[in-house]
Amino acid sequence: MPSNVSYTQKASWGLTLAAWGGLLFLHVPILIIFLYTLTPDETTYTFPLPGITFKWFGIAWQRADLWRALTLSLQVAAVATVIALVLGTLAAAAVYRSHFFGREAISFLLVLPIALPGIVTGIALRTTIGALDIPFSYWTIVVGHATFCVVVVYNNVLARFRRMQGSQIEASMDLGANSFQTFRYVVFPNIATALLAGGMLAFALSFDEVIVTTFTAGQQTTLPIWIFSQLTRPRDRPVTNVVALFVMLITFLPIFFAQKITAQSADTEGGSK
Amino acid sequence: MISQQQPAILFEKVSKLFGNVKAVDQANLEIRDGEFFSLLGPSGSGKTTCLRMIAGFETPSSGRIYLYGQDVSSLPPYERDVNTVFQDYALFPHMSVGDNIAYGLMVKGVPKPERRKRVDEMLELVQLAGYADRKPSQLSGGQRQRVALARALINHPKVLLLDEPLGALDLKLRQQMQVELKAIQKRVGITFIFVTHDQEEALTMSDRIAVFNEGRIVQVGTPAEIYEHPATAFVAGFVGTSNLVSGEVAKRITGREIRFSIRPEKIHMGTADAHIEADSYSADGVVRDVVYLGLYTRYLVELNGGGDLVVVEQNLKTTSMDVLKIKGQAVRLHWKKEHIREVGGG
Amino acid sequence: MLQNLSTFLYRRPRLMLALLLGPPLLYMVVVYLGSLFVLLLNSFYYLEEFTGLIVREFTWRTYAQIFEPANRDIFVRTAIMAAAVTVADALIAFPLAYYIAKFASPRLKTWLIIAVTMPLWSSYLVRVYSWKLILAQEGILSWFIHLLRLDGALNWLLSLPGIGGSSLALSPIGMFIVFVYIWLPYMIIPIQTALERVPASLLEASSDLGAKPFQTFRTVILPLAFPGVVAGSIFTFSLTLGDFIVPLSLGNSKLFIGQAVYSYQGTAGNIPLAAAMTMGPVVIMIVYLLIARKLGAFDAL
Repeated sequence: MPSNVSYTQKASWGLTLAAWGGLLFLHVPILIIFLYTLTPDETTYTFPLPGITFKWFGIAWQRADLWRALTLSLQVAAVATVIALVLGTLAAAAVYRSHFFGREAISFLLVLPIALPGIVTGIALRTTIGALDIPFSYWTIVVGHATFCVVVVYNNVLARFRRMQGSQIEASMDLGANSFQTFRYVVFPNIATALLAGGMLAFALSFDEVIVTTFTAGQQTTLPIWIFSQLTRPRDRPVTNVVALFVMLITFLPIFFAQKITAQSADTEGGSK
Repeated sequence: MISQQQPAILFEKVSKLFGNVKAVDQANLEIRDGEFFSLLGPSGSGKTTCLRMIAGFETPSSGRIYLYGQDVSSLPPYERDVNTVFQDYALFPHMSVGDNIAYGLMVKGVPKPERRKRVDEMLELVQLAGYADRKPSQLSGGQRQRVALARALINHPKVLLLDEPLGALDLKLRQQMQVELKAIQKRVGITFIFVTHDQEEALTMSDRIAVFNEGRIVQVGTPAEIYEHPATAFVAGFVGTSNLVSGEVAKRITGREIRFSIRPEKIHMGTADAHIEADSYSADGVVRDVVYLGLYTRYLVELNGGGDLVVVEQNLKTTSMDVLKIKGQAVRLHWKKEHIREVGGG
Repeated sequence: MLQNLSTFLYRRPRLMLALLLGPPLLYMVVVYLGSLFVLLLNSFYYLEEFTGLIVREFTWRTYAQIFEPANRDIFVRTAIMAAAVTVADALIAFPLAYYIAKFASPRLKTWLIIAVTMPLWSSYLVRVYSWKLILAQEGILSWFIHLLRLDGALNWLLSLPGIGGSSLALSPIGMFIVFVYIWLPYMIIPIQTALERVPASLLEASSDLGAKPFQTFRTVILPLAFPGVVAGSIFTFSLTLGDFIVPLSLGNSKLFIGQAVYSYQGTAGNIPLAAAMTMGPVVIMIVYLLIARKLGAFDAL
């Protein structure tokens, strides 16, 4: 064989083993939950499973408290996502189009809620809610979630703006379109998939958030709060397995698609690689 | 109403500051109706900023800009009858070629059938008939360029701005497009304002040229005027190649304390004892370097009293073997007095 | 109408900027920074023991409480855990990140990156929950250990003072495993990003100059990947410091910072103390970030 021009080393077996070991460690535990949704054992986590049953799916389906929690979680995630989409896009547009003083500070401020431990955001909001005598409500949860969802949309949209050919906006105005028409016909189609990706990430982030929610929910129960209560005081073990599986799927899918969208647009628009 | 007497574009003491940097400094400029006008200069000389002010992407810091007599200085781009062909074409990647071209009509609310008809006319004009349904990403660089042109022309602008539109094309395609652009301009009769840093391109295509340097317009004139009567040393050096002679050397040749330019092709190279007419200047020297370029040969002659001149001669009868032998020989250079241009500083 | 509005705004770029920036900035400053400020303010109040009411007067006494032995132990315990988790994550993450960055084919690489990023975004709680199943006394891990006849070793480990407990599901060892698992992606990605920037030519140059693979690794790759490790450690350290879900689910009576904050604000109603204790992780993180910036870790973020 002629000597290769592109020099590629092969990984040693030790490295390969360690790498795949790490990957398995990252993903196998989740699969265990699949297994346990089928256990007939109601009081312990006995392994090997004493049998196989599908009844817990049906039982979970009929639980009114779960439906209430799911409805609340979906509503919160939807509204938090909408707020994040609006605020994140506005901030990205502002940072993209002008070189004003303190642009760095904006990015820093937006990323702070996910850079600091969630408990800081949580206890800060909890303290403020208490200090201002605001009653806990659906909106206190939404307001908390929006703080850390904004940055996800912001990052996605800003990255897309930066890849977009800047002269397109000028071209549109040059051809007679005012700012609103330019947004509708040129800017929006360009950032649409970034909005979709950012929105799905924000939704998933909000849907299974538990730390901040613990402090802002009061007596309300979202689906993650419900699971959390089962973690500390297990009462409905098999049903919890089903709910965990469900939460995982409902967050897995949007994130997976968001990743695919981001990867694809980086390819088609000749992103760095 | 458009009066044909009025200039297409009039700059009145236009300046543009970016922070503390003067991109354009007190520019006065008049571009006539129907002209092919080039803004020529090195990068950063202010030519693109001027174009962007005409388009409306920038607002002058001071001064006024008139479009056929109407003050447009602070109008947004979408309220002026001016369209632009961008350097990177700026085609909308999410729209078909047809939708790109129809964009201006669409935002103005022109009904669909009419749009389709005019798009077809435009595609015909730029020789892309049948391409309406393609995506810009499926086109070659030259084709994108034509689409960008069609997209701008469909709106019948009063003035068409072209921002180094041929910069991204290879030499052959570029020369072809130069001819085509000129032909299209003749057909549509619109004033074209063309920004370029390529002096050859400007000389080939323009009716008139404005030469920019460091934010100022240093000369405005026809290609011939600019080439043969450069107003400053900068113009002489930037447009074509030119020998710039000053100081002692200039005094020795002309007997006067001046600064002048002389084009290499105006200089004749004779034997060391060549006879000089009274209407000519001369200088003796030795050929230090010979570059054979096929059509012509370029010589670098070191003058006896110091300094050097570049001389170009066409290879009418000579071959490469002949010209290379000249290297090292003593020669006498001479040229008609009327061919030198006294130039100012700058 | 819109045309006029558009033109009005076009001529006033500053107003336009203010309109774009206003809503997000207002939201973040009022809701987020405002809350942080209220939190800071509350950490200077104190709880009157007898009445159980919060006295809104400036005092350092709440902060003084942090240094009482019980609270100090909480800080030390949490910091040790965070440090141990960070080291373990770096050790596990490095081979995987190295493999992704330098050895995986482009196609495999795309998938590996998705596989590593997915758990970073999704199902934090569910992933904690999965370990509740795995670590249970009657669960799959015990079964596996029994299969390997290692029960003795497990029992010995659990009998160790400080880190042991009644079962893996209720011990610092269990918490450690779960923390390592949960924050692992946050370590892999920065290391991989840092290694990605090591040009292949550099490695070739090193081996060309006669370095054995291990020498290349130690002298070239490791130093260049270090900023990535530091960047990753910002996450693993910070997240462990503030977490209360894992200690509440798998811990025993020995509290961690997050857990303490959670119970102070909840059942005890001592918001000032909870606020003051939260300032702990905030200060530790700020110091950490400053050091990390000196080490050039931000380029790897």
